[in-house]
Amino acid sequence: MRISPTKFISLLFLIFSVFYLYTAFNIQVFSFDENAPFNARTFPIYIGWAGIILSVLLIVLPEKSPVKVDHKYLDYKSIIYLLVISIIYGAVILKIGYYLSTSLFLIASYYFLGERRWIWMFLLSFPFVALFMFLLHGVLGIYLRDPLLKLLGIIG
Amino acid sequence: MIEGILIGLNTALSLTNILMVMVGCFAGTIIGMLPGLGPMTAIALMIPITYGFDPSTGLILMAGVYYGAVFGGSTSSILLNAPGVPGTVATAFDGYPMAQQGKAGKALAIAAYSSFAGGTISAIFLLIAAPSLSKVSLSFRSPDYFALMILGLTAISAFSSKGQFLKAMMMVVLGLMLATVGQDSLSDITRFTFNNMNLTDGISFVLIVMATFAMSEALTIIFRGKDPNRAAKQISLTELGSIKVNKEETIKMAKTIPRSSILGFIIGVLPGAGATIASFLAYGMERNYVSEKEKQQFGKGSVHGLSAPETANNAACSGSFVPLLTLGIPGSGTTAVMLGALLGFGIQPGPRLYQTNPEIFWSVIMSMYIGMVVLLILNLPLIPYIARILAVPRNFLIPLILFFSITGIYLMSFNNFDIFLMIGIAVVATFLRLYDFPMPPLILAFVLGGLMEETLRRSLLISNGSPNFLWDRPLTLILLLLTAAIVGWQTYTSFFKKKT
Repeated sequence: MRISPTKFISLLFLIFSVFYLYTAFNIQVFSFDENAPFNARTFPIYIGWAGIILSVLLIVLPEKSPVKVDHKYLDYKSIIYLLVISIIYGAVILKIGYYLSTSLFLIASYYFLGERRWIWMFLLSFPFVALFMFLLHGVLGIYLRDPLLKLLGIIG
Repeated sequence: MIEGILIGLNTALSLTNILMVMVGCFAGTIIGMLPGLGPMTAIALMIPITYGFDPSTGLILMAGVYYGAVFGGSTSSILLNAPGVPGTVATAFDGYPMAQQGKAGKALAIAAYSSFAGGTISAIFLLIAAPSLSKVSLSFRSPDYFALMILGLTAISAFSSKGQFLKAMMMVVLGLMLATVGQDSLSDITRFTFNNMNLTDGISFVLIVMATFAMSEALTIIFRGKDPNRAAKQISLTELGSIKVNKEETIKMAKTIPRSSILGFIIGVLPGAGATIASFLAYGMERNYVSEKEKQQFGKGSVHGLSAPETANNAACSGSFVPLLTLGIPGSGTTAVMLGALLGFGIQPGPRLYQTNPEIFWSVIMSMYIGMVVLLILNLPLIPYIARILAVPRNFLIPLILFFSITGIYLMSFNNFDIFLMIGIAVVATFLRLYDFPMPPLILAFVLGGLMEETLRRSLLISNGSPNFLWDRPLTLILLLLTAAIVGWQTYTSFFKKKT
């Protein structure tokens, strides 16, 4: 049996809603609040039930105009590259600092998306991030945590 | 009211705020022009920057960005037939054929003049309607607010994606679920945090917006990059033609603008409707008003056909501020983002805003008008130059969007967890969008989640746990009946109405 993507997503949402509702019932409330007309559990319980009802409806009712997505046109390779680079960027940003990590992230992203014009890649990374940091940190006074630049004495 | 206008003018005309309107209009125009990036994304990208300003300045910047993005969306609609925002889809019907006839400059000028006129007329309506409405809205009680929020969420689900009501409602529930993560506002009991300290304060609104719009938009563009149906069409930017509008065209615009402004403003005020519905309705209405000969021109470069949706979408933008400023209920996804930003400033929009923070209330209204003027003066001569941004290669554009998104989150929390959470939510949102699950209802529900729980809590406590509060007050009952009517109509059109 073949299940349509919309119904599959609805099935996943049903499982998520059941889990959400189960967790909602297990929220610890103060003993004097247990029988109150409204406590920390009430609203999540209503939402959990709403999620279950809606996902069941989406699974059971016929799809009027099913969405067709041609998977052969989806660029999985580029998106995986970009996500991996973003995750690495998120992981190192605190360690090596905003400036270096952001500039390297931009260069890597340009490269994996097929860009090879190195001058533009450079201009839109190191100098661009420096300008952006100057705008935020220098002009607008928005604090940018960068241990590396702090160590080098470039920012305070 | 005169005193209020003067307060507003005084605030809006300060050097910093004028500069902010200009920066906002310019930045909004550029972002709005980029295919797929609309006012919501533009405003979301501005939020981290606005936290460095006082609330009035921050809001003025966002209002400028809003109008700029709507105008920018029209530019890509006209030049590329690739509407930057759904609200400018109808603009492409006649704008793009005009551009193909070598009259792109004229089409952009008509769009700019119509936007200006529509925005100006509706700003006047807003000036008159907002204070009176804020007085009326003081009579709203908790059950009414609760019912109004249910109505708003149902309406946005009904309008956000044609024929996908259940999917949109599912997104509403998901948004509400995400809003319940973190400490309960009254008891401080943590919910759905799974002992993770990073979730104790809940999920940041900016994170959700960045993930579901800016980041997932960028990922979607890459994901569908090989799809021949979605490949961006390029045109020669040297063929813009003259931007002068002749007498005959001016007369045509003068007939269209007043009726489209009124329609746009009324549609904008309704919760959930917004610029997209307004522009389509105005286009349809205009087609019924014009002569038989002119009717034949629709879809082939008609001035009426271009002017009507452009006027209406800008008028609707102003209209959508009415429920936000007077009731604290956003009427559209974009104003929902603005509500989140306001809450970030520690300001609760609603009927009391008019009394407690009149400078914010009036300066936003006045800056809208100033924004319109700036947009016209700034953008018209710059049209040929602004249009060059459309030539920015995708290979540079996407990483820069990701960079702005991640920076926005990094600036707020300085922790890795939020970045990873944003990437995770963006991936889920990208797949959901692929199968037509709309994101605006999720954002609206996320923003309204806290308020909804609060009003439900009050209503249930007052009624001692009885559901009677749903029908005790006539206003609550009317709002809930309207909700039922929308649900009924959606059920009828989805399952019983035959395709024509």
